Amino acid sequence: MSDTRKTLLSWLGAALMALPLASRADEHGPRVAAPPAYVQECGACHVPFPSRALPAASWQRLMANLPRHFGTDASVDAATAAQLSAWLQANAASGRRADDTPPQDRLTRSAWFVREHDEVPAALWRSTAVGKATNCAACHTRAAEGRFGEREIRLPR
Amino acid sequence: MRSKLVLLSALWGLSWPALAGTATPAEQLAGYEVAAARRALPAQGEAFFTARHGREWACASCHGTPPTRPGQHKSTGKAIAPLAPAFEPTRFTDAAKTEKWFRRNCNDVLGRECSAGEKADVLAWLMGMKP
Repeated sequence: MSDTRKTLLSWLGAALMALPLASRADEHGPRVAAPPAYVQECGACHVPFPSRALPAASWQRLMANLPRHFGTDASVDAATAAQLSAWLQANAASGRRADDTPPQDRLTRSAWFVREHDEVPAALWRSTAVGKATNCAACHTRAAEGRFGEREIRLPR
Repeated sequence: MRSKLVLLSALWGLSWPALAGTATPAEQLAGYEVAAARRALPAQGEAFFTARHGREWACASCHGTPPTRPGQHKSTGKAIAPLAPAFEPTRFTDAAKTEKWFRRNCNDVLGRECSAGEKADVLAWLMGMKP
């Protein structure tokens, strides 16, 4: 095999190997461990949503309006707010999802969320077991740990 | 005069656990009573907890009546551990946490902060629940 061909094949091989990583990094992002304060304060009433679920500007607006958080007061002390904001800004959605700003900063109305869940029947959303789109744990058995992999999904009956 | 000062200092000291750090339910109750300058009234606490205060939710809407069993968040559906300390031993063991949740939930239910008296009444009522 000529040198040129070997080089070309090496590049092709590298490109093919990089593809799965690139798409995973874009769609799912690196799985970042949430700080305990995030799990405690932002996981008290619902699953602690992954930081990569929303763009930085969305997180900024949410953190600026915690006393009026989708109908309830979710406020935290200033020091905790600063810590959480810094983590969210540093780990917000990247790649394509960074431009995916949902109306009212509701992550369940993001283009990526709708796309990922387009096979879920309407009746299942409305069922007692699920109820609403923010009830991730109804199907995502390890949502509380920030794990949303396909193998860990179990649809309720 | 001096005994009055001693008494006042003792009462002031008692109020500190209610403001920060770990504290038993009894210590927190004492702190709220000092701040309210009166004893707690559990019956008043029950009425306060179960009533609606001009808005959509009562405390009981999420915490249940009586709050000795798991409750459920009215909006998200998330399970909430029983609020009465005798049924959930971690309840009211951290004064800062108590204050944080009073701040949030009183704003939701009443649109304002709860007074020290209201907090004392509710806490006394909750502490009175036994299995």
